[in-house]
Amino acid sequence: MNESTANPWVKRAVSRLGGASVFLFQALASMKFDRFHAGETLRQVYYIGVRSLVIIMMSGFFVGLVLTLQTYDTLNRFGAGDAVSTVLGLSLFKELGPVLTAILFAGRAGTSVAAEIGLMRATEQIDALDLMGIDPMERIVQPRLLAGIIAVPVLTLVFNFMALLGGVTFAIYMMGLDPVTFWGNMQNSIGLWEDFASGMFKAVAFGVIASWLMVYFGWIAHPTGEGVAKATTHTVIATAIAVLLLDFVLSAMML
Amino acid sequence: METSSIINPDLPAIRLEGVRMVRSGQLVLDEFNLEVPAGRVTAIMGPSGSGKTTVLKLITGQIRPDAGRIYIGEIEIGKLGRQELNEVRRHVGVLLQNGALLTDMTCFDNVALPIREHTDLPESLIEKLVLLKLQAVGLRGASRMYPQQLSGGMNRRVATARALALDPDLMLYDEPFAGLDPISLAASGRLIRQINRVVGITSLVITHDVAEVSKFADYACIMANGRVVSCGIPDQLRQADNEMIQQFLEGLPDGPVPFHYPAADFEQELFGGEGS
Repeated sequence: MNESTANPWVKRAVSRLGGASVFLFQALASMKFDRFHAGETLRQVYYIGVRSLVIIMMSGFFVGLVLTLQTYDTLNRFGAGDAVSTVLGLSLFKELGPVLTAILFAGRAGTSVAAEIGLMRATEQIDALDLMGIDPMERIVQPRLLAGIIAVPVLTLVFNFMALLGGVTFAIYMMGLDPVTFWGNMQNSIGLWEDFASGMFKAVAFGVIASWLMVYFGWIAHPTGEGVAKATTHTVIATAIAVLLLDFVLSAMML
Repeated sequence: METSSIINPDLPAIRLEGVRMVRSGQLVLDEFNLEVPAGRVTAIMGPSGSGKTTVLKLITGQIRPDAGRIYIGEIEIGKLGRQELNEVRRHVGVLLQNGALLTDMTCFDNVALPIREHTDLPESLIEKLVLLKLQAVGLRGASRMYPQQLSGGMNRRVATARALALDPDLMLYDEPFAGLDPISLAASGRLIRQINRVVGITSLVITHDVAEVSKFADYACIMANGRVVSCGIPDQLRQADNEMIQQFLEGLPDGPVPFHYPAADFEQELFGGEGS
């Protein structure tokens, strides 16, 4: 395809993807694992991981609650209400847990990191580091990227746990399902490796995507109010689309 | 850390030779030549948009010229790789327009940052060094405060202490007086003078504050339309028989440096086509 016939939207998208890939490569290449970076990464795990706990826990609980409610209602019409824990466990561990956690993470922590980095550029803090001979990639981007990659799988586990709690609350305490049947069905039908571990593999992959996009959009933000606003919006949109797309690809590969 | 000076006191500290710079399609600098003497305070003055900040960014290696050469001491900045440039930057302190302190750190940690990053000094010694630098700018008492708890002028003073943390050979100040009240303004001018006198380093100040320049600068250059128009001792510049210099020093609204951005004929634009 020559230059004149290329669709400008496609050209921009390809160039953006190329830029983001080079950025990720540079960030990974500048990785340092000394005491300072370990400490800074832990601090970021607190800021972006621990502070996302409330939204993740609340969302997890209500997703579990409503998922069990709808599934139980549907299954009951076919006299299969007992299978609710199987459906809950499979859909949670394999799909909903990793996907929703990543999207919620982008909304809570991704936007905050993108805005933070964007504002650091707008207020010349990134320039100042550069002028002091300190690599801003190593100092600003690396700890946040690593912290996100660590936080998303852990938050997925928390989400799953809270969703199970929601499911149990509805099925056992509100509908009066037998706990032994509920847990027994779940234990018999869900495999540790093919179901639970595959979901956690997705969580790691989504963690990389969500963390990569949040630092990237913050990094390339125009140093203006509008630029920072766009960076936060793009972070959420791009993460949601990328996670849903990747989820389909990974699910198809793991079948 | 390399401790020997990168500036030879017998040679110019900074040299820009035939620099040409085009940004966003506009010619910002053309055949720009400048020599900054070592060990003195030099001011670069000029109206807004004359390319002063571009000159500073060229010296620090943040941007590269489209043509020409830039030297700090005998090191050609444009030829340096990332690693070498970082080495040079450790010898150069830069005060950016708004201070640019890291907002998630206290003033103390901001000043300690370059020392922690570039040296292996024990924490007890770093603490003493940081307090010394903060004392020099009069803000030792604010060491545990965050930048957002301080005024703009104080932020810039903390940033000055941070720029001085590694005892640089060269200090660059970008508009250090912009938006300061008269007390802070006079204090900042004195501080620049003191730093130069006590530590003996070369200072380059980018400013458009004509009144202040003669109080702290040994040498001043005026630039307009992307070139250096004249250089000399600040008081001598006032005597210069040059329309452009007089316009700038006297603050005249129109002259060789136009007040109006180039535009189509005003009458034509307002009433164009009417009655014809």
